[in-house]
Amino acid sequence: MIPLFAAGVLATVAASEVITAHKVPPGPVHITYWEKWTEFEGEAMRQTVEAFNESQSRVHVDLLTVSSIEKKTLLAIAGDDPPDVAGLFGPNVAQYADDHAIVPMDQFCREKGIRADQYIPAYWKIGFYNSHVYALPSVPASTALHYNKAMFRASGLDPDRPPQTIEELNDTAAKLVTRTPSGQIDKFGFMPNEPDWWRWAWGYVFGGKLWDGGENITANSPENVRAFDWVQSWSRKYGAADLQTFRSGFGNFSSPQNAFLSGKVAMEIQGVWMYNFIDKYSPQMEKPVREWAAAPFPYPTDRPDLKGVTFADEDVLVIPRGARHPAEAFEFIAFVQSQKGMEMLCMGQRKNSPLVKVSEEFLKNHPNPFVRLFSEQPRGKNVITAPQIGIWPEYQSEMNNAFDEVVLMHKTAKQALDYVQARMQPKFKEYRERLRLRGELNDRPAGAP
Amino acid sequence: MNSTRREAMTGYLFASPWLIGFCVFLGYPLLASLYYSLCDYSVLHSPIWIGATNYVDLFNDELFRTALVNTGFYAMWALPLGLIVTLALALLLNTNVRGMTVYRTLFYIPSLVPAVSLAILWLWVFNGQHGVLNSILRPICEHINPIVKYPLKFANLLLTPVNGLLHLLHSDGVHLPTQLTPPNWLTDTTWAKPALIVMSIWAAGNTVVIYLAGLQDVPLQLYEAANLDGAGWWSKTRNVTLPMLSPVILFNLIMGIIGTLQVFTVPYIMFPDGTPARSTYFYTMYLYDKAFRDLQMGYACAMGWIMFAIILLLTRLAIKLSERHVHYEGS
Repeated sequence: MIPLFAAGVLATVAASEVITAHKVPPGPVHITYWEKWTEFEGEAMRQTVEAFNESQSRVHVDLLTVSSIEKKTLLAIAGDDPPDVAGLFGPNVAQYADDHAIVPMDQFCREKGIRADQYIPAYWKIGFYNSHVYALPSVPASTALHYNKAMFRASGLDPDRPPQTIEELNDTAAKLVTRTPSGQIDKFGFMPNEPDWWRWAWGYVFGGKLWDGGENITANSPENVRAFDWVQSWSRKYGAADLQTFRSGFGNFSSPQNAFLSGKVAMEIQGVWMYNFIDKYSPQMEKPVREWAAAPFPYPTDRPDLKGVTFADEDVLVIPRGARHPAEAFEFIAFVQSQKGMEMLCMGQRKNSPLVKVSEEFLKNHPNPFVRLFSEQPRGKNVITAPQIGIWPEYQSEMNNAFDEVVLMHKTAKQALDYVQARMQPKFKEYRERLRLRGELNDRPAGAP
Repeated sequence: MNSTRREAMTGYLFASPWLIGFCVFLGYPLLASLYYSLCDYSVLHSPIWIGATNYVDLFNDELFRTALVNTGFYAMWALPLGLIVTLALALLLNTNVRGMTVYRTLFYIPSLVPAVSLAILWLWVFNGQHGVLNSILRPICEHINPIVKYPLKFANLLLTPVNGLLHLLHSDGVHLPTQLTPPNWLTDTTWAKPALIVMSIWAAGNTVVIYLAGLQDVPLQLYEAANLDGAGWWSKTRNVTLPMLSPVILFNLIMGIIGTLQVFTVPYIMFPDGTPARSTYFYTMYLYDKAFRDLQMGYACAMGWIMFAIILLLTRLAIKLSERHVHYEGS
């Protein structure tokens, strides 16, 4: 009885081995590529992949859409079965590189002639860490002030003159506020937390930084405190509870109930992507007359050197540790880095290009009417990118929480940021200590953002 | 002997899929997580032994305490409220009324809604401006306000000397509102947790079903005897139903301790990052962030073991305290 059962089990196992055996297909090397995008952005990536597959016969990219990509890639690397290429987010680079989860691509770059001077520095730096190229851009983005011209006109403001300085922004916003007969806020000028994606970043707008490039984080620098105090000034002036009630009426970002698209908030800091959402959910803002515009974000009056400040971020392509075909993976990455491949992808996703050289055709055919602004601003000196430190995810969460406490009037700007500093500095020190123990802190560049 | 051994072997062989599954997928991860909790382990490199450092760090971690307090608050309200409301529902659903099966089904339906849909649905119920709940509460508040206006003013007046003293101690003092308004459930640090507690009761159909099963098991002759003695509804419930139901209540209590202390999915979707200002940042959310956002799997494992110890302790306590109050029919 038992031998028979055992034989049955063995036979089943053997049969399944034969059936599921990995046959090496003849022809091109197949590489797997995980990417997070869906909808039109995913479609743009799929077309780029197809263009690459058709351009040569040696490598074939199999594109797979993966949600929560940074977590799944991480587990796949830990399980030693990663994709050959992964499309991560820019701020993931330091964390992954510190743990050797992604491999440096310097040698590959040299072979393919990919150099720093071909890229807009801010975008190159996002993938360049510890003196190595760990990631190359797939699509970048930059931000600007978006404003609703119709709302400007309705409040007696000049729709062709957006605010230039922070002080002008405050005054303009005050004129745009309307309330319902019962006293509730109906329409508003500007909110530092709409959208709330850059809660951590406001210090940079006032000339602050979150990291000194070396051993210290600088959460409570005077500039950052000034910025968070400015953030709190909105709650002081208009009432934290009133603003909360007003904000709770907003719908999802990607919906017609979006605060900007539904004409609830007149001015927002938004990225190059905003045009798509205007086009999709609020076409009346675009046709028959364009009732919105993008302009450089205001700067503090006493800091004219901060003119043209923009948040820059990008999605990156990396080769995970343990990838089976790194050389072939880089073939594809290099294709995306070519001006043709990059412009095709960025046009499809309706973003700006991270490359220094941009064809006139790209700018002319780009659907976003303000693409030149988004293309130009990252080349300036006031480009904000997330600090390249391995504990950034935790640090960011602390900054976001400090922002919320300031907006809710639970703490003053100074108190909230002092708390972040006191909590994160020892953690950062400990983190660096651990890196040093593993012998990985020797060639860190000094004076990064 | 030989045949007994043979029989035992066959038994183990038939149980082997489960035995192997248990060892590989449960036993090993359990032991491994205990080991990792004593290591600096990021998942991406091999674990480095650091002894009890993670536990010591946890002890000094303010956010860990915040998460623990939030979770404790939630459990302290959601658990007893859930037990009482579900028991009351079960008692009602056990009465002899026409169309009872329909009512039972209706009350069970919410438990079939997946957690994610539940979270999205309640986001709209609790929405401060357009939410269903506040559109019911708003007219009620407007009706009550003229009545409570003067009592509130008077209470504030009474508080004035107290506040004067508190000001000396650099405190803002206690201020009652001058009128009642429905709260911003989702963005107000005071109301976010209560909102979650209300939600937790809504989807407690499973508990109701377990109670119902227990109720139908209560021997009828006990009720008949009570009837002969002239007992009313309340004394029957108190002296027959509840004692007979006590093992089921204990079971639901223990499952409730485990469930509420590990609350995760719904708040994770409704309140990303524990917003507003970490008032809904629960234990499991911090654990998840530590493991998968900060890549500190060792730290997260230590948190897991601490939660295990807490649940074990509370369960022990529940069993110990209930010894005198739980009646088992067989014993």
